[in-house]
Amino acid sequence: MTDLLTVRGLRKSFGDLQVLRDISFDVPAGTVTAVIGSSGSGKTTMLRTLNALDRADAGVIDIGSVSVDFAQPVDRATLARFRAQSGMVFQSHNLFPHRTVLQNVIEGPVIVQKRPKAEAIEDAKVLLEQVGLGEKADQYPYQLSGGQQQRVGIARALALRPTLMLFDEPTSALDPELVGDVLRVIKDLAADGWTMVIVTHEIRFAQQVADQVLFIDGGVVLESGPPAQVLGEPSHARTRQFLQRILDPI
Amino acid sequence: MDASTWALIGRNLWPMLVATVTQTLPLTAISFALGLVLALFVALARISKVVPLSALARAYISVIRGTPLLVQLFIVFYALPQLGLVIDPFPSAVIAFSLNVGGYAAEVIRAAILSIPKGQWEAAQTIGMGYATTLQRVILPQAARTAVPPLSNTLISLVKDTSLASTILVTELLRVAQLAAAPTFDFFALYGVAAVYYWIICLALSSVQNRVEARLERYVAR
Ligand SMILES: Nc1ncnc2c1ncn2[C@@H]1O[C@H](COP(=O)(O)OP(=O)(O)OP(=O)(O)O)[C@@H](O)[C@H]1O
Ligand SMILES: [Mg+2]
Repeated sequence: MTDLLTVRGLRKSFGDLQVLRDISFDVPAGTVTAVIGSSGSGKTTMLRTLNALDRADAGVIDIGSVSVDFAQPVDRATLARFRAQSGMVFQSHNLFPHRTVLQNVIEGPVIVQKRPKAEAIEDAKVLLEQVGLGEKADQYPYQLSGGQQQRVGIARALALRPTLMLFDEPTSALDPELVGDVLRVIKDLAADGWTMVIVTHEIRFAQQVADQVLFIDGGVVLESGPPAQVLGEPSHARTRQFLQRILDPI
Repeated sequence: MDASTWALIGRNLWPMLVATVTQTLPLTAISFALGLVLALFVALARISKVVPLSALARAYISVIRGTPLLVQLFIVFYALPQLGLVIDPFPSAVIAFSLNVGGYAAEVIRAAILSIPKGQWEAAQTIGMGYATTLQRVILPQAARTAVPPLSNTLISLVKDTSLASTILVTELLRVAQLAAAPTFDFFALYGVAAVYYWIICLALSSVQNRVEARLERYVAR
């Protein structure tokens, strides 16, 4: 399988704090990668560099046809193309509160990609149907539950037709009974063949959906492989400790 | 009040209304509009990470807020001519009031922009929006909710402050009242009428303000 995403030597510091020291991994097209690691290990930062929300200090990221070497100056056009490759779903959805669900979803296609509005609306309705929110198109975000808001966030990212979807703990801000709906939508996307990188603490979900698990620790990918291996028989003591703490917190 | 005072009031109701409609209201509207545009740019400069830009904006705001409006008006109309720059009364008033609104409203707009969570900028960025589009479509519409009440106060103050333009010979509402009252010293009657006119304008603006605020609240949980 060809790799849709390859990351080599990714580095990122905030002032004196070196968060990503040397991150490298590959994501084959059509697969799901789950990223795990302790709080503060840099999972969010890593995901944000993949969308250039945070600019990496060094490292080469190839997504689809776009390759960027962050050690070099990057021009705006390249950065825009790079960013357009991936859709980002935030931990706290970050929906536009002053726009309806439908308006949230068509904002990017119409305003940024300049697609015809009628077409964008048709697409958006299909997407909203897909995430189970066909009925909610004309509601404002405040009228939705947290899980529904998160699913609108997913539809908004999908509407731009990215090649790669990035999720940052999409369920960790949700009430437990709302988690399932969101995970189900992500599972469906996996079944549809979407390539996804998902930062998550849902170990069971990672086991079921992921083709590959990355354990990030100390600014590097300490361990990676199929879920059965990384989650089932981790080879590093750090990974074992981490899993133990998550699975048996008390 | 005797009959001649009532007659004087009656004779001046119309000219004072004309002064309101042709001078006071346009002066207010133009100055407020220009002032808001100026304020937006000053606010953005003030927020900017470009140090000279934010320092300049800060200095501007400080000068405007630290000096009397009357002095600002006099500088434009009476002092600039000494430098060879002669400007008519009405445009002088527009310049002074716009600069003044620009300073006060800048702080309001700045605070309103900063009240919008960082996640909104980031969400716009990930869907590919640039700075200007993000401001226009995401940030300012939300900031408006915070900014409208204080900006309405600025506008209502401005309506009343336009009376200061009488001191630089703009024949606005107060000036017409002054001129009409001068021959008979009937200040009480005519200033009273002027007060009522100002009051009516401010009442009308308050009601507009309430409607705008209600409209901006429509997407917020109650
Ligand atoms: N903008 C920033 N400025 C300074 N430090 C930051 C910034 N963003 C993140 N950090 C720091 O970088 C480290 C990694 O943060 P990050 O959010 O990537 O961790 P994480 O693995 O996502 O943690 P969590 O599981 O709690 O979400 C933390 O120590 C954090 O304080
Ligand atoms: Mg995180």
